[in-house]
Amino acid sequence: MDWILVAEQALNGLQFGLMLFLLAAGLTLVFGIMDMINLAHGSLYMVGAYLAAATALATGSFVLAVAAAVIGTALLGMLLELALLRRLYQRDHLSQVLATFALILISNEGVRMIWGEQPLMLNTPAALSGPVELLPGLMYPAYRLLIIGVGLAVALLLFLLVTRTRIGMWVRAGASNRAMATAMGVNIKRLFTLVFGFGAALCALAGALLGPLLAVQVGMGESILILAFVVIVIGGIGSIRGALVGALLVGLVDTLSRTLLPAVMRQLASPEVASNLGPALASILIYVLMAAVLFWKPQGLFPARG
Amino acid sequence: MSSSVSLHHKGLGRWGSLALLLALAALPFVLTALGWEFYTGVATRVLIFAIAATSLNLILGFGGMVSFGHAAFVGLGAYTVGILMDAGVSSAWIAWPAAMLASAAAAALIGAISLRTRGVYFIMITLAFAQMFYYLMVSLKAYGGDDGLPLPQRSALLGLDLKNDQSFYFTVLLLAALVMAGVQRLLNSPFGWLLQGIKENETRMAAVGTRVFALQWQAFVLAGAIAGLAGALLANLNGLVTPHLMHWSQSGQLMIMVIIGGAGALWGGALGAAALLLLEELLSGYTLHWQMALGLLLLAVVLFAPQGLSGLVRRSKAVRHG
Repeated sequence: MDWILVAEQALNGLQFGLMLFLLAAGLTLVFGIMDMINLAHGSLYMVGAYLAAATALATGSFVLAVAAAVIGTALLGMLLELALLRRLYQRDHLSQVLATFALILISNEGVRMIWGEQPLMLNTPAALSGPVELLPGLMYPAYRLLIIGVGLAVALLLFLLVTRTRIGMWVRAGASNRAMATAMGVNIKRLFTLVFGFGAALCALAGALLGPLLAVQVGMGESILILAFVVIVIGGIGSIRGALVGALLVGLVDTLSRTLLPAVMRQLASPEVASNLGPALASILIYVLMAAVLFWKPQGLFPARG
Repeated sequence: MSSSVSLHHKGLGRWGSLALLLALAALPFVLTALGWEFYTGVATRVLIFAIAATSLNLILGFGGMVSFGHAAFVGLGAYTVGILMDAGVSSAWIAWPAAMLASAAAAALIGAISLRTRGVYFIMITLAFAQMFYYLMVSLKAYGGDDGLPLPQRSALLGLDLKNDQSFYFTVLLLAALVMAGVQRLLNSPFGWLLQGIKENETRMAAVGTRVFALQWQAFVLAGAIAGLAGALLANLNGLVTPHLMHWSQSGQLMIMVIIGGAGALWGGALGAAALLLLEELLSGYTLHWQMALGLLLLAVVLFAPQGLSGLVRRSKAVRHG
C-alpha cells in the first residue's frame, strides 16, 4: 500500500479529530458538570460557521471572520444559558432533549430566514491555499496544517486551563461532585454560564475553521453533533482527556477506514462488492468502536465520576 | 415521576375508548363527504405513528429505557415487507408477522447487549446499533441502497383490497386499537407493574427478587415487534422503503412524540404522534417557516407542560375535580 496515501489520510484524520475535540470539549463539560443533555450544541457550531462566512463575505478578512464567529457565538451561548437553559438543569433528561431539540428547529429556521436556503461559500485564505511539502513526496494542504496547529494549540490551552488554573479546578470539582463543590463555595451558576460560553466559542472556532472544507449550510450541526456525542461517550462523560482521546480515535478511524477499507476490500472481494460495501463498513466502524468500548468499559475510557 | 402516580392505567375507560374508536371509524366518511379524501392518508399516517410511538413509550415511559434507535425496528419491519414483496410474497398474513419477527429478533440482539448499560450510555449504544442498520441498508444496492426500494403494490389481505385507501385506513385502525388494548392490558398486568417498579427503583426491585434484566429485555423485544408492525404498515402506506426510515433523526422524532404526548402516560405516544404530525401538516400550510413555529411551540410545552400533553389533561381534570 502507498505510504504517502496513508500518511496523508492519517493527517486528515488528525485534523478532523481535533475539530471534533473542539465540539466534544464543550459538550462533555456541560454534560459532566450540569448533567445537561444539550442537543443544540451542534447548532452553535452552525451559527459559528455562518457568522464566519457572512463576515468573510463582508470584509474579505479570514482572521476577522474567525474572530467574529468566536465572539458572536460565545455571546449567543451565554445569552441562551441565562435566558433558557438554566431553567432546565433541575429537569429530567427528557425535558432537556425536547427543549434543545426545539432549539435545533428554531436555529435552523432562523439561519434559513437570515441567510437563505443556499449554502454559503467560505474560501480558504489566499496565503494558505497552496500545498506544503512535509517530506519528500508528501504534499499536504497548508490550510489543513493550520487547522491541525490551531487544534493542537487549543487542546494544549484547554488542558492547561483545566489542570493548572483555579477555574479549571472548580470545573473539575463540579464535574466530579457538584453538591460538594457548591458546599465548598464554588459559584456553580456563574461558572456554568462561563463554561457554556466557552464551549460555544470552541464550537464556533470549529465551525469557522471547517467552513472552507465543508459547505456552510443549514443542518450541518446535526450530523457532527452525533459524532461529538459518540466521542464523549467513548472518552467518558465529563472528561476532557477522554474527549481528546475519543475525538482522535473517532477522527482517525473514520478517515482512515473511509480510504483504506475499500482498498482492503478490493483485495478480498469483487470490485463491485467492494465499492458497495466499503463505504458502508467505514461508516459503521465508528459505531462498532463505540459499542465495543461500552461493552468492555461501560463508563467510557476515562470516566470522570468515581 | 412522582410516586403518587398509580401503576394502574385506566386510559379513557371502556366507554371513552369506544367513543374514540367510533369517531375514528366515522372519520373517512366525514372526510369523503367534505371532499377532503387526501386527509385519509394523513389520518392513516397518524395512526401508524401512534403505534410506533406507543411501542417506544412502553419501554421509555414505563420502563425507563430511553432508546435512541427505535426507528431501526420500524425500518426493519418496513424492509421485511419490501424485500418479501420483491421476492414475490405479497400476502399480509406472511409479510406482517415476518416483519414483527425480524424486528423482534433485532431487538432481542440489541437489547441483550444494550441493557448492560444505563442512562446516557444506553441512549448512545442503542443509537450505535440503529446507525449500523442504517448504513447496512444504505450499502445494500440489491434493495435500492440510498434510493430505497419501491413497492409495486400493497400487501394482500385475504378478501380485502388494501389498494383502496379507506380499507387500508380501517385495517390500520383495527391494528392500532388492538395494540392500544394490548399495551393497556400488559401495563395493568403483574408484568407491567414490575416493569414500572423497575423504572422507579431498580435496586429495590432487584433486592425483592425481580429478574430485572429478563423483564426489561422482554419489554424491549415486544416494543421492537410492535415497531416492526408499524414499519410494515408504513411501507404499505408510502409504497416505498428507504434507509431514511432508520435514520437517527427518525428515532429522535419518535422520542419527541413520546415526550410531548407524555412519557409514561397510556395515551402519551398516540397523543404525541397526532399532535406532532398534525401540527406539521397545519403549520406547513400556513407558513414557509413552520419549523420556527413548531420549535417555539415545543419550547412552550417544555416550559409550561412538564408532563407533556397528557399531563396537561390530567392537571386540568384534577383542577376541575379538586
